Amino acid sequence: MIFGRLTVDGSRGLALTVLTMLALFAGLNGCRPANPPSGNTAAGTGTTAGTTPAENTVATTINVEGSSTVFLISQAVANEFEKISKHKVSVGRSGTGGGYKKFVLRQSDIWNASRPIDDKEKAELKEKGIEWLELEVAIDGLSVAVHPKNDWCTELTIGQLRKMWTPESTVQKWNDVDSKWPDKKIAFFGADTDSGTFEYFTEVVVGKKKTSRTDYTAASDDNVLIQGVANDENALAYIPFGYCVENKDVVKVIKISPSLEADNPAPAVEPTVETILSGEYQPLARPLFIYVNMEALKRSEIVEFVKFHISEASQPLVAKRGFVRMPEEKRLEMIKRLDAALKPTDGGSTDAASAK
Amino acid sequence: MSLHGPDYERRLVWRHFLGLMFEWACRLTTFLSLGILAVLLFSIGRQAIGWLDWGFLVRSNSYEPREAGIMAGLMGSLWLILLTAIMSVPLGVGAAVYLEEYAKPTRMTKFIQLNISNLAGVPSIVYGILGFTVFVRMFGLRDRPEEFILDLWFTEIRFFLPLGRIVLSGACTLTLLSLPVVIISAQEALRSVPASLRHASLALGATKWQTVRHQVLPAALPGILTGVILSLSRAIGETAPLAVLGAAAQLSFAPGRIESVGDAIQNPSKMLQAPFDQFTAIPLQIYGWINDPKPVFEHVAAAGIVVLLVVLMLLNGAAIFIRQRFQKKIRW
Repeated sequence: MIFGRLTVDGSRGLALTVLTMLALFAGLNGCRPANPPSGNTAAGTGTTAGTTPAENTVATTINVEGSSTVFLISQAVANEFEKISKHKVSVGRSGTGGGYKKFVLRQSDIWNASRPIDDKEKAELKEKGIEWLELEVAIDGLSVAVHPKNDWCTELTIGQLRKMWTPESTVQKWNDVDSKWPDKKIAFFGADTDSGTFEYFTEVVVGKKKTSRTDYTAASDDNVLIQGVANDENALAYIPFGYCVENKDVVKVIKISPSLEADNPAPAVEPTVETILSGEYQPLARPLFIYVNMEALKRSEIVEFVKFHISEASQPLVAKRGFVRMPEEKRLEMIKRLDAALKPTDGGSTDAASAK
Repeated sequence: MSLHGPDYERRLVWRHFLGLMFEWACRLTTFLSLGILAVLLFSIGRQAIGWLDWGFLVRSNSYEPREAGIMAGLMGSLWLILLTAIMSVPLGVGAAVYLEEYAKPTRMTKFIQLNISNLAGVPSIVYGILGFTVFVRMFGLRDRPEEFILDLWFTEIRFFLPLGRIVLSGACTLTLLSLPVVIISAQEALRSVPASLRHASLALGATKWQTVRHQVLPAALPGILTGVILSLSRAIGETAPLAVLGAAAQLSFAPGRIESVGDAIQNPSKMLQAPFDQFTAIPLQIYGWINDPKPVFEHVAAAGIVVLLVVLMLLNGAAIFIRQRFQKKIRW
């Protein structure tokens, strides 16, 4: 009775849906796990460790994820790589920490990091059975910048910076730092707590990672910091070197002395490509890293990409994006490290620590 | 003796004056928001001039401002919005129909109702974290992503479990994000259908399903569509949840690697593969450009914003068109 009524009701839509679903299931030969790795993402199971990978004929995607600072380099390298390869590169910028989360899940082949891997992360990767290869790709200088009209502050020691940025800092005005300086309130700008820049600056300047005064304007967008400094005569900010290079008309970069003590400080050095590369500009210069999953290195296109990343051809890109290229011997060392990781006998266990 | 009290004339003038003031205040608020929008459009448009051209639409992102384009973001956003609409409309309308037409007002339904209202106010980044856990890593049940092949008679679809950073993960997350608004607005629309319509239908012997299907839903459709448009418009502009999911910022292909309309027609299997491919979206690209150290990228970002606005307007326009068509048929 009820069924009869249903058909009389003329619910053709319903009948159609049922029919389509039946047809779909008839055509469905089931769902099976793919055995040969198609190399579409980080799922490559691979064969024997370390054998020379065969040329991958299917166009695949290389997954790079991590630091928004390293992103700028990887993006340029990816653009240029795609011009010479049929493989595609996907680059994410969810931050050093966010990139690690995908790396540990094997969802990205390469992790971009603006700081070296820490012990906790090493332990977790080992626990998950993930082996990695650490490569330095460029050097980033952190600059301390003020407004161009600020004529009193031309150099600072790390000691003075520490006084300004510790959590218990009492520095509010310029004359709290140096009594000769004006009695005006400093407007502090800095990186937000998620970024590798924040970790690096606090570690070097404050002396303890992730500890900082909190009454400052934090921004993950470095252009916001540039704007902040450019619009406030009493601003002081730490900004990646690359951003300052691009905006040298609107902000003034300060010379930094590595000394902690106020008496007889070591000479202050201005961050330039030369001083960063020569190691004179210390301690606010840091290496930038990529971490490659060793399993992913069994895919030929990833080997090509990594090789291209540290090749001579991509060094001009590093400079174009406002960073400093590695010293040549360092780059050659990186190439050697990659070659060693690719050697069949190696078994693929190139721990970052042991490689150093 | 006058009917009115003393001062009547003076107070009347005052009352009229108040009325006029109110009218002007309302007018001002309307024009204020329009004015702000105009200023915004003008400044964005001016920055985008010379940067927004056909090449910008067909190129992918690049580190060179003059070579940067929005193709991958545009295609990613369109796929996202398509899948989100496909998922959120039936789910949202279904839930609303159940809550309005079938559910009895028990404490349980009140509790559900309260939660839906609360969910509508949750910051979008929270949905991003939720989506990352549920869809991208699937609670970490598997240590490594494993590839599966879904065999259809004419093609096969390759996908991974856990799903990873694919269009489908993004669309599911945006569905969760837009569902509360869809449900609430659909409920409002259903509630505004006069009870007499239901009573008449039931009195004529129609079943509950027939009443809902043939009377209530058509009458409520314009209102439901408005809610769907609003929530989808919000979803297409979302950046935070997609960034948390790990959507790419630099990508040079459309989902499924579809290269053109012709390519999609010749290889229909690519259309089925697209939801399982990686993606980027317009707001993510704009965010990246604003963030770039090169100040020139501001112009690229402006061009991207114009594209986003145009896509939004086209979507809204289409929805309004559909709404009007349905609205004409209803008479009571």
